[in-house]
Parts: sequence; C-alpha cells; structure tokens
Amino acid sequence: MNNLLVIPLIIPIITAVILVFLREQIVLQRIISIVTMIFISLISLLLLNLVQTEGIIRLDFSGWLPPFGILFVADSFSILLVLTANIITSICLLYAFSTIGERHEKMFFYPFVLFLIAGVNGSFLTGDIFNLFVCFEVMLLASYVLVALGGGRRQLRESLKYVLINVVASWMFLIALAFLYGTVKTLNMAHIAVRVAEAGQDPLLTTVAILLLIVFSLKAGLLLFFWLPGSYSVPPTVVQALFAALLTKVGIYALFRTFTLMFPLNQDVTHTIIGVMAGITLIAGCMGALSGRDIYTIATYNVIIGVGFILIGLAVGTEASITGAIYYLIHDMLAKALLFLLIGMMFYVSGESVVKKMSGLIQNYPLFGWIYFLVMLALAGIPPLSGFMGKVLIGQGAIEAGSYVLLALGFASSIIVLYSLLRIFLASFFGETTISFEDRKPIPKGAYWAFILLAATIVYAGVGAESLSIYVKDAAKTLMNPSIYIDAILKG
Amino acid sequence: MESLMMILIGVLVAVGTYLVLSRNLIRVILGTAVLSHAVHLLILTMGGLKKGAVPLLSQSDGPFTDALPQALILTAIVISFATTAFLLVLAYRTYKTNGSDDLQELRGMPDE
Repeated sequence: MNNLLVIPLIIPIITAVILVFLREQIVLQRIISIVTMIFISLISLLLLNLVQTEGIIRLDFSGWLPPFGILFVADSFSILLVLTANIITSICLLYAFSTIGERHEKMFFYPFVLFLIAGVNGSFLTGDIFNLFVCFEVMLLASYVLVALGGGRRQLRESLKYVLINVVASWMFLIALAFLYGTVKTLNMAHIAVRVAEAGQDPLLTTVAILLLIVFSLKAGLLLFFWLPGSYSVPPTVVQALFAALLTKVGIYALFRTFTLMFPLNQDVTHTIIGVMAGITLIAGCMGALSGRDIYTIATYNVIIGVGFILIGLAVGTEASITGAIYYLIHDMLAKALLFLLIGMMFYVSGESVVKKMSGLIQNYPLFGWIYFLVMLALAGIPPLSGFMGKVLIGQGAIEAGSYVLLALGFASSIIVLYSLLRIFLASFFGETTISFEDRKPIPKGAYWAFILLAATIVYAGVGAESLSIYVKDAAKTLMNPSIYIDAILKG
Repeated sequence: MESLMMILIGVLVAVGTYLVLSRNLIRVILGTAVLSHAVHLLILTMGGLKKGAVPLLSQSDGPFTDALPQALILTAIVISFATTAFLLVLAYRTYKTNGSDDLQELRGMPDE
C-alpha cells in the first residue's frame, strides 16, 4: 500500500509527457488532464484516511532504509495540503477549458500545469531536504514557463524578473544545504532533527536555519515579497489562481517543516524573527491593498496579507495557533484561488481592471456577484465560512502566548482585507450598469461551474470544520511533537 | 586544500555577484551561472575532499570517501543547466519584444 505515496508525483509527470505528443488533440488533452487530476485527488483522499488509521506512512525508494535513501513521508499535514492542492488544480482546469484559449492549449499549457502539480505534490511529500530542493525546482521550472507563456511585452519583462529572483533564491538554498550537510552530515529531515537535537542548536546551525528562512520567505512572499505583485499580475487568470493558491503555500509548508521539525530549539532567535517578519508583512500588505487602484493589485496584496497571517501561527507556536494556521492555510488556498478566478472574470467581462471604471456587474451577473460576496466574507473570517476557524484559533494561540502585538496586527489586517474587497464590491458590482442585460458578455458555463465548486469547498471547509478537525488536529499534534515524525521514520 | 577551495569559492561568488548586479541582461545570466558553479564547489568542499578509498565494498576496506556530495552536485548541475538554458531563451525573447537588454529600461512604465 505504501507505493500509493508516489502516485501524486509520478502520475502527473507521466501524463504530462504523454500529453506533449498529443499537441493537436485539444479535447483529448482536456479529458486526460482532468481525469488525471481527479484520480490523484481521490488517491490523496484515500491516503489521508490511511494516515489516520496507520499513522505516518513512508516509502523508501529502492528499499534504501532511512537515513540513507530518499524517502517520501505522508503525515496528516502534508497529505491534507496535497489533497487541497489537487482539488484546486482540478477545479482550475475546469475553468481553463472554457477560458484559456486554443493558443495556450496548443502550446503545452496542460502538460506544464501537470508538471507544476507534480512539483508541488513532491515538495509536500518528500522527507529528504535535497529532494525538497529538486521538487522545488520541478515546480519552479513549470511555473517559469507558465508565467511567460503567451509572450506579451509586459509578461516577458515581469517573468524575467520572477525567474532571476528564484534562481538566486535556489542558489541560497544550495548554500544552506552545503553548510547543513557539512555540519550534520545527513540530508534526511528526521535524521537532521535528531542530529541537531544531539548537538544542540549552536550558532552555525542557527545561521543555516536563518538562511533557510530567507530562502523559504522569498518563495512564500513573507516580507521578501517585492517580486510578487509584478509577476502575479501578468499571466492568464487560471495561472494566477494556481500560483496564488499553490506556490506561496509550498514556501509556507517548508517554513513549518523547517521550524517545527528540524530547528525548533533556538526559538528565541528564529521564531522572533519570523514573528517580526510576519508583522511587517501584514502592515506592508495592508498598505498595498489599501493603496491599490486596480483589482489585480488589491488581490495580490491580499495574498501577501494571507501569508503574514498564517506565519503568525508559526511564530506564536502553541498547539492552538498551529492548528489555526493549518485551518487557515487550507482556507487561504481555496479562497485565494476563487478570488483570482473571479477577478480574472471581472476583467474578462468588463475589459477594465481599474475598480472605479466598472459598475453594476451584479445586475448582469447576479450569481457571479454573490459568489464574490461569499469569498469576501470568507476571507474576512465571518462565520460560518472557512476563514473563521483559523482566525479564532490563531487568535486564541496568540493570547495564550501573550503575543498581543501580533494578535492586534492580525485582526486589524482582517478589517483591511474586508475593506479592500468591499471597495471592489461596492464600486464594481453595485451601482448603475453601463451595459444592458442583452448586450452583456456571457460568462462561460465551465467558469461558472468552477466558481460554484470552489465556493462549495469554502462553505464545506467552514461548516464542516468539525469533520476536518480529526485530520487537522492530528497534523498539529505531529507538528508540535516532532518525536512522532522522527520515530515513524527512523524506528519504523 | 580546503582553505584554497574556500578562497576560490569566495572569488567566484564575488565575480558572480558583481555580474548579477550589472545592468546588462546577458551579464546577469552569466553571473547566475558563475554563482551556481561556486555553490557546487562549496558542496564538494563541505562534504570533505578526498580522504579515503573509492566507496566500493569489494575494492577496498575503507576508510571510504563520501560519495554523496558528488551525487548532489550532479543533480544541481543538471538543474542549473536547465534553468540557465531557459533563462537565455527568455532573455532573447524579451530582447526581441521589448527592444532592450538593459534592466534599467525593463523596469516598466508607471502608467501600464
């Protein structure tokens, strides 16, 4: 049964390679890619339940026992994220079918989405830090192509910066790995945790930890997000939604793994730095969201605010706050994907991206307008939608740990999120419409289905928080007690 | 030998950083290539330079040289090769469409 663990990585890669040869058969490409994604989603669901009954599952490639070989590990945290990522990608593909256009479809759009998801799944599942680097690169190379695909002037310019930033970040990742290997002589994450605990986290190891913090912060958009608004606003809508939902979250996942499992000892230094970075990220993200005049700017700064908020959970580091951070991470992936799809559709139907130049969209597209209203409430954390549980638990954790500054910043940012999105709602959806109902540009059916499905998952993640709680609690327990993870790998 | 390697790595990083900070796009890309060479050497040095015999069980009975850094470097070289190739193509396309390879001019207009 353990072999199931490699399926979320290997199936998308194989399918992507097959799709390359089916370049002209667009319908076939669509069918194969969506079937693949639904299949992997089901497998991840199966794995999630398997982890609950059997504990942490691991797969040692070619039978090399840890700490010698590369291995894949599934605990509740990683497999929950794999499941969410796969569901989102399936729904985004549904949206892509009716919106992306033949030009993209013939230029290997679907294979690259599959390569992207393979890299994302690999990053979540791997138990070896060098393999994490490799999976990051698989994901990043696919994202480089997706961001540049289309080849507009502005798109090429921004993607060039995106690629250069990430190349430098990967270079720093390798430096951190070199020093880590030189110090602890192992690359297995659980084994690193043991060696670091044995040696005590001396200044050299803390430096390595901070280097990893910088690398993952660049990927996650924590404080070092200067590249994010530019490069997230140029690709097609569905790519934006995938990036907002998946790429920054992989960075967040890596931060959680690094600072709960491998370097949890010197919390005075590392967690304080993370807290300060999260606070500044929230403030800067709010300023960006408030000052933005067009919908893309506001949405991308909302991504940054989300990252800051989740990292409060890690910086505080109590069990309640980590549980909240996991809830909020899942919510943020779903809600940001939906937000970007909606924003892209606003641009498509009105031809405008400046908030003030649109008005009265809700009269022509009532369902579209109310779904936007729903995601706005979810992002602001109104119960019973998905953002609520996460916000409450992170707040509870922050009070327990006495981090009142982070608490205040976190909840102030919720109000700013509500304000910035409400501004779009009031200006663009309400008011007099300039286009009559007959002349409106119709929204494709597939896009509507994507909106409805994502909205349904958001409602489920909020109303059904209780049914998710067994998984989330188990994930938080493993993160809080790294010994569970370490024992499952080195003693199993 | 390790100290000599570290000095070489330092020089390479300095050269790479200088190139990355320049305005010309091709120089920036060459800079990233030099930086990646530096880090490959760093991994090799941090893993320990050749101390023992070839790590084959039947050939000798130890102490063995650590072979893992070389496997890591091989992977990293392939990745940096792919990334650099992609970057060069992207830079060429950007030059063709934007008509400039000067990063200062590629900053973009505020009204866009």
